[in-house]
Amino acid sequence: MKRIISVLMENAPGALSRIVGVFSQRGFNIDSLNVSNTDDPSLSRLTIATIADDKVNEQIIKQMNKLIDVLKVTDLTESAHVERELMLVKVVANNEATRSEIIRNVDIFRAKVLDVDATNYTLELTGAKEKLDAFIATLSHNATIIESARTGICGLARGERALTP
Amino acid sequence: MKMMSGAAMVVQTLNDLGVKHVFGYPGGAVLDIYDALFAQDEVKHVLVRHEQAAAHMADGYARATGITGTVLVTSGPGATNTLTGIATAYMDSIPMVVLSGQVPSQHIGEDAFQETDMVGCSRPIVKHSFLVKRAVDIPKAIAQAYYIANSGRPGPVVVDLPKDIVNVADSHPYEFPTDVTMRSYNPVTKGHSKQIRKAINAIMEAKRPVLYVGGGAIAAQAEGEVTELAEKLGCPVTCTLMGLGAFSGVHEQFVGMLGMHGTLEANKTMHNSDCIIALGARFDDRVTNNVEKFCPNANIIHVDIDPASISKTVNAHIPVVGSVDVVVKQFLEELTNEDLSKQVEKQADWWEQINSWRAQQCLSFNQESQVIKPQKVIESLYKHTNGDAYVSSDVGQHQMFAALYYPFAKPRRWINSGGLGTMGFGLPAAMGVQFAHPDATSVVVTGDGSIQMNIQELSTCLQYNLPIKIISLNNRALGMVRQWQDMIYKGRHSHSYMDSMPDFVKLAEAYGHVGIKVDSLDELDDAMARCFAEKDRLVFMDIAVDQNEHVYPMQIKYGAMDDMRLSKTERT
Repeated sequence: MKRIISVLMENAPGALSRIVGVFSQRGFNIDSLNVSNTDDPSLSRLTIATIADDKVNEQIIKQMNKLIDVLKVTDLTESAHVERELMLVKVVANNEATRSEIIRNVDIFRAKVLDVDATNYTLELTGAKEKLDAFIATLSHNATIIESARTGICGLARGERALTP
Repeated sequence: MKMMSGAAMVVQTLNDLGVKHVFGYPGGAVLDIYDALFAQDEVKHVLVRHEQAAAHMADGYARATGITGTVLVTSGPGATNTLTGIATAYMDSIPMVVLSGQVPSQHIGEDAFQETDMVGCSRPIVKHSFLVKRAVDIPKAIAQAYYIANSGRPGPVVVDLPKDIVNVADSHPYEFPTDVTMRSYNPVTKGHSKQIRKAINAIMEAKRPVLYVGGGAIAAQAEGEVTELAEKLGCPVTCTLMGLGAFSGVHEQFVGMLGMHGTLEANKTMHNSDCIIALGARFDDRVTNNVEKFCPNANIIHVDIDPASISKTVNAHIPVVGSVDVVVKQFLEELTNEDLSKQVEKQADWWEQINSWRAQQCLSFNQESQVIKPQKVIESLYKHTNGDAYVSSDVGQHQMFAALYYPFAKPRRWINSGGLGTMGFGLPAAMGVQFAHPDATSVVVTGDGSIQMNIQELSTCLQYNLPIKIISLNNRALGMVRQWQDMIYKGRHSHSYMDSMPDFVKLAEAYGHVGIKVDSLDELDDAMARCFAEKDRLVFMDIAVDQNEHVYPMQIKYGAMDDMRLSKTERT
């Protein structure tokens, strides 16, 4: 089952490697990992997407909590939440037919053209993971994808629930 | 404010923390710290012969006292040599601080001489680690390291100190930190009152309760509380390999150690119980055997300070997060409102059953054999030490024989590498014990395989006049490996023997100690008496034991807890 785990930890050197270490050391899997400091620069927030059953999920959360640098851990998928991911994708756009097909797809998915070059476009799309997957699948019918980069899932709980120190 | 160098700060902080012993080995990156050590007498340094042994000594010291053990080593090989020792302490939740030198900050990452990423290398086997970047941060980092190492679930902490910040030529203001708390680290000690109530309800309803006591009870100094609870409930008690001594091994309610080489009665009691009260034990694979078949009718109450240990392998019906001493006190308080005599009466049938298992005498062995049985040696050791020695063990058959045939009446007397199973642990651990308790009897039970893994420390023993007694069960083979090869690999003894055994008596003498060789049963008692009469000398007892003896009972793989072999020919 897909899980989105949010971790609030000290913005300290080596803290991220401890988190990643727990995953490799205990055989947990990481689908995506998003990390940056928060509005409070002394704190980092990680969002980890993983596939785990209840037992493994419980262990992941407990093992994260056990790390000295970690303040709080929550499973966003346990209740209502919003999730977003940002993707940049560079596609071949070297003739009129392909270009207009790409632009049509950009309109349909509410993506953006970020950069234009003689032979390619760089597109930006934000959304849930599934939307990004669908965009890639649709694009690849009509255009050749050169490269893509995704931030991994980032999410927050809906309503008043919040992960604060 | 006092001004001093980073190196002096390291030593001053240790002194202010009350550290009495540091086990270490000098080298380039820590020469400044060694210079600061030289200038004072409060913190005593013990020069080892190999850094792995320094870690095991600090570990043995901590196990025997509950006081955090301290290690000081140089960068690179000095640091990496401690890794096995750190992992050993980590697996058994032993408080330890390892101060490792590091190349100067400006050279970190350049593959400088004797550079290793110690924080990275040790990451999976430490509770936490620090790479200190500024001299002024030294006191706080070290004080926090000790706080973390010996609070919550204890464990090893590494403090990596780059050479430039400890330079003896520099001067910085020194202030001992008054507050070492961290917003991200708040270990829980008290159990949740609702969970306590639930646990008491389950206990009072039980007809066949059992206390399953682990190393967490020793870490929490909870022997008094555990004994009181056991006596109030009148139920059987079993201890894990790590928990031996947390409840007296000679108490009438004690049914022995449980697990892979547990007693028949301990494993039967667990398997047939309807309520398991686990106190600071972690249901590891050497206890549970096949988790699918584990204790099918038991309501499981699991008390542990580490939430991650609860329901990790076996699902707990009633989890209680907290320190064993505090939670058991809460249990006792809650029990004052209960009619305990009824609970004790209910267990009459249960005890009848347990006594029938005891009557099978699963630990009996051939007492008359002229080829010395290893069990006989441990019995003799028990007799000659009045059951009151600190017994450090290496890893293998001798470890199991010692655990089964030397009942420990007190906690912290049984010092062994339970989780990691580190051969070479015994001798240095016993040395750490002797430094902690100079007047106590510190014994090593070892074998011809294990003792050779840190035998160089015999030299350290001479330097510090440690009158350790080494009881080596010499079977000319790696006994436990050989046992498995007998049982599972049709007796194909692939590389489990050594054809070039040294003369251990001469070896002991070469290191300046006393060596005694024992070849037959007739000599055993006298030799043992001679050994313990040598109050001020280290004695190495090289005792030739039966090469073909196996450790029994032994759980049968994939079976339930109580599916056991009782001898080479009998099984449950």
